[in-house]
Amino acid sequence: MNGVAPLLSVRDFSVDFRLPKKFLKPRLILKAVSGVSFDLMPGETLGVVGESGCGKSTLGRGILRLIPAAGGEVIWLGQPLTKISARDMRPLRAQMQIIFQDPLASLDPRMTIGDIIAEPLSVHRKDLPPRERRAKVEAIMDRVGLHPEMINRYPHEFSGGQAQRIGIARAMILEPRLIICDEPVSALDVSIQSQIINLLKRLQREFGLSLIFISHDLSVVRHISQRVMVLYLGKVVELADRDTIYGSARHPYTKALISASPLPDPRAERAKQRLVLTGDLPSPLNPPSGCHFRTRCPIAVEQCAVEAPTLASVSPDHLVSCHRKSEIQPDEKST
Amino acid sequence: MTDSASLATPDNRIAGRSLRADAMRRLLRNRAAVTSAIVLVLVTMACVAGPMFLPWALDDVDYTSFTTAPDFAAGHYFGTEANGRDLLVRTLYGGRISLLVGLVASLVSLIIGVSYGATAGYFGGGVDNIMMRVVDILYSLPFMFFVILLMVFFGRSITLMFVGIGAVEWLDMARIVRGQTLSLKRKEFIEAAEACGVSSAAIIFRHIVPNTLSPVIVYATLTVPRVIILESFLSFIGLGVQEPMTSWGVLVSEGAANMQNAPWMLWFPASFLAITLFCLNFLGDGLRDAFDPKDR
Repeated sequence: MNGVAPLLSVRDFSVDFRLPKKFLKPRLILKAVSGVSFDLMPGETLGVVGESGCGKSTLGRGILRLIPAAGGEVIWLGQPLTKISARDMRPLRAQMQIIFQDPLASLDPRMTIGDIIAEPLSVHRKDLPPRERRAKVEAIMDRVGLHPEMINRYPHEFSGGQAQRIGIARAMILEPRLIICDEPVSALDVSIQSQIINLLKRLQREFGLSLIFISHDLSVVRHISQRVMVLYLGKVVELADRDTIYGSARHPYTKALISASPLPDPRAERAKQRLVLTGDLPSPLNPPSGCHFRTRCPIAVEQCAVEAPTLASVSPDHLVSCHRKSEIQPDEKST
Repeated sequence: MTDSASLATPDNRIAGRSLRADAMRRLLRNRAAVTSAIVLVLVTMACVAGPMFLPWALDDVDYTSFTTAPDFAAGHYFGTEANGRDLLVRTLYGGRISLLVGLVASLVSLIIGVSYGATAGYFGGGVDNIMMRVVDILYSLPFMFFVILLMVFFGRSITLMFVGIGAVEWLDMARIVRGQTLSLKRKEFIEAAEACGVSSAAIIFRHIVPNTLSPVIVYATLTVPRVIILESFLSFIGLGVQEPMTSWGVLVSEGAANMQNAPWMLWFPASFLAITLFCLNFLGDGLRDAFDPKDR
């Protein structure tokens, strides 16, 4: 990774949601994502995990400027995306695409598959003659495993897995450099999940894509990612390469997440020691003081309530946000 | 699409289709809709060309027959009304006005209402607020007062009546389309289009408007009878078409007044009006189904 300029640098990135103001009350601001920083190298896959409502999807949408950022920077190949106008952003969108969680909802029900997949071309490659456009659509359909004869069908005629392939074809047709996958497989059957994951991996190899893979399914993330970022209430709690996260996580939240994910081997599953978190996810409107995780943390101390921990490295390329990170011993290869 | 310079074999290539072509094909398979369309065309042609082939003019008075029942020998196929004018010729002339009012008002309501509502709904926030408050203000204007004002300022004319009806009819449509748009714009396919860099105008007209079509078509078919009735009301209080010109609405209300002694004066214009509205509804249903890809 050394010496190569990152494709995408995110620095201290935050997204706020301003809730509707209630009469005689101050306007509430929900900090969906705050202070997230990471680099993404060309061809790399970064997994983003965390439970529902922790800001995973918001982070992905904020990076693409589908929702406005509250602060921080997103730097795309040296160019700060957060500062340029919407008009200047438009041509850059050809380079970064998104795949959605609900594959059917992400396809316009009144358009044929051919038109849906060709839509990015109609924006970024207006000069393309219809015949070539058509050829490109058929070529990409073939690449993602759809029969080109299906070009005139409508989205409702497809199953979830096929619909997700259509979504991938649409994202891939401009040959972007980055695809943000927002829980692309969580709405699919397990057997279809692996097909889609393997398709994404193959496309990544063939096109040199970078992926930001958002999911709450740790085993899927493990399968596809090189590095994993764990979010809790909009903040990064741990960021490291895959084997470190799954093998020797430091943060108690990461450990709890990993111990909660089931193992395929029933004997190992039964022998596994569970680290069960108590309590619910606190409201992001009113997060706990200091460390956001302290209310559910098994090893919280007084300092955690007073002072918010910063993300610091415990070893090269392993960042943890915990006051007691140096005291925690990484688990022995438990998984 | 039939050219061979591409990857697939030229023989078994499938031509690209669009929603419009598909909708046309589905519409033509719908027998009720096709029949309705044919009847509507016949009625329109009769109203436009029919009077030329009749011996009577719009205001010719036949002094030999006042309020007579249909009489083929005298050439009054639909009979005559109280002033001895031929009812057939008046029904056809009246159809011109009624069909025109229905067509113009629905088109105005479609074009202005749909684009206005979709724009307000899609942009949301302040734009939506301002645009919909304008609608509220126009809505709160008493319709009669508005029409009378127009007549006082610009003099009485049929065009002005179209303007008056058109100015009111698009408001409902704008509200309906805005509501639909509000729910549509949260859908992921809109977000996908934004992520592709599709411009706002293209998102509105390529993604949002086609997806609002079902309620829009239903509402448009309901608008037509309403404006035809509205026109007859305006004519009744002297703000619409003037004698000797007439419309279906006026003829029906005259017929209703003479229902007991001269039922034909109600029967003929009323059946023309009813058949037209019937066909419009069938055609509207057919269009709605045709534009829905899920309905095969």
